[in-house]
Amino acid sequence: MKINKYFLLAFPFYLIFIFFFIIPLILTIIVSFWDYTEYSIIPDFIFDNYKYIFNKCFEFSNDLCVTFKTYLSTFYFCFMAWFFTLIIGFTVAYFLVFHVRSVGMQIVLFLICTIPFWTSNVIRMISWIPLLGRNGLFNSFLISTGVIDEPQEWFLYSHFSVILAFVHLYTLFMIVPIFNSLIRIDKSLIEAAYDSGANGFQILTNIIIPLCKPGIIIGSIFVITVVMGDFLTIGIMGGQQIASIGKIIQVEMSYLQLPSAAANAVILLMITLLLIWTMTKFIDIRKEL
Amino acid sequence: MLNKKGKSYYFCWGFFLAFVIFLYGPTFTIVVLSFQGPEGGLTFPMNGFSFHWFHKLWEGGGYVDIGSAFRRSILLGLILMVLTVLLSVSAGMAFRKKFFGANFLFLITVSSLIVPSIILSLGIALEFRLLDETLKFLGDKYSIQWIINDFQTTLNMYSSGLGAQLTWTLPFGLLIMFAIFNRFDKSFEEASMDLGASSWQTFKFVVLPIIAPSVIGIALFGFTLSYDELARSSQVMGATNTLPLELKGLTTTVTTPVIYALGTLTTGISFLAIFIAIILFMIMRKK
Repeated sequence: MKINKYFLLAFPFYLIFIFFFIIPLILTIIVSFWDYTEYSIIPDFIFDNYKYIFNKCFEFSNDLCVTFKTYLSTFYFCFMAWFFTLIIGFTVAYFLVFHVRSVGMQIVLFLICTIPFWTSNVIRMISWIPLLGRNGLFNSFLISTGVIDEPQEWFLYSHFSVILAFVHLYTLFMIVPIFNSLIRIDKSLIEAAYDSGANGFQILTNIIIPLCKPGIIIGSIFVITVVMGDFLTIGIMGGQQIASIGKIIQVEMSYLQLPSAAANAVILLMITLLLIWTMTKFIDIRKEL
Repeated sequence: MLNKKGKSYYFCWGFFLAFVIFLYGPTFTIVVLSFQGPEGGLTFPMNGFSFHWFHKLWEGGGYVDIGSAFRRSILLGLILMVLTVLLSVSAGMAFRKKFFGANFLFLITVSSLIVPSIILSLGIALEFRLLDETLKFLGDKYSIQWIINDFQTTLNMYSSGLGAQLTWTLPFGLLIMFAIFNRFDKSFEEASMDLGASSWQTFKFVVLPIIAPSVIGIALFGFTLSYDELARSSQVMGATNTLPLELKGLTTTVTTPVIYALGTLTTGISFLAIFIAIILFMIMRKK
């Protein structure tokens, strides 16, 4: 294929991704083998950064090492966020496609779901504080109705609030691809199944869910990868008390332990890629746009 | 099944309404609370109604320089908007034909969307740090005076910060372009070419007017995603802070409704951008 004018059209786009995506990732891998002191990084080829990360991880007589514990906790958040965003996202998309008749209404309701995505994540997290806090709305409501006797502390700055914030922020990542898959399902297929005597549940499990598998997988990739690398939500909603790999990287960067942060980033990247690779085994992303 | 308004129908409506309340409820709460009276605290009850906290915010609230962070964020958002539109539309046009490395470019664009932001932020920070050290090394070696005397860092809002945000806004831009051209009727374009128009004329007078409403969508993504972006740019903004970075800092230090007032203001600006985009979209579609 020769270099033609279309290549030139895409060239600036290309350049941005080479300079701000490809090179940074390659440098991260290289620097993860470097040495460092308190104030400088030194070119080298050592495995110390990796050794340090997995320090005592393979002595199974002890408790789990910090790294494994952190990954386990991150996987837990991934699973919970994935589960709830999937259930909610699917139901909302299903409603928009199958229960909203007019296209105009569909667009309006779809926009209503999308608009928060264009506003600040930090604000959306903070906005849970007056609801979940010790003197928050939920606590006062539950006390006044007699469900609980004293304010509950676990609503805010806890695993619960982190998961809640993930679901709040990222359900849209499920809605959009699932909506996109559902809207392509030929309605006559469903009519046919119905005429042949299938009930609603059978139609859902035998026709709709298999046909929107690509949407589900794309949505899952988005949600899982965004939670895997998260440090902001877990930081703010966890009251800076809960560990995550993203936070480890961020803290190491603030102490200028860049090679160590790079090694953590490489491991995180590999695990994330492995997850994505497993999921994309099921579909061809490009066909879904 | 589809024509009946059975249990499923009502359940789904209820579910959707609950979801919308879940989406907007918290934001609505802080908007209300930002009008707390001067004696009011971070939670309900409302202690009177006032613009006190907005005044406080205007005066700087004794905290950081919110005003300049605001201006910086808006300026950066506008730059990102223009760049995202220009680069995505041209790349989107290119992707309609085959070109060298098209598949590879598509792959890295999608990867950029799903690679954890902190990794990319670290990578870009490393890149610019190494660039700094190279420059300083060269400066010493060839005794370039301004590098020895004045040079600090290449890490800057408009270099590394801008680039980091582009890796986030451009994939959305390109995917929107794909969505547009998947539904694009090529016959207008072919007709124009057959009538002897150059490819630039065809683009300007035929393609652009057709895709213009959707390009508004790209502009909206470019502005709002940059304006609120934090994860990717967190490590690479250099000495200056954008609004989301200031906000993140404030979450741990501020204990008055000032932070709600700020939240209300930022959300207001995002809504304004969305509103302008929707109006423009409707005007353009009518044409």
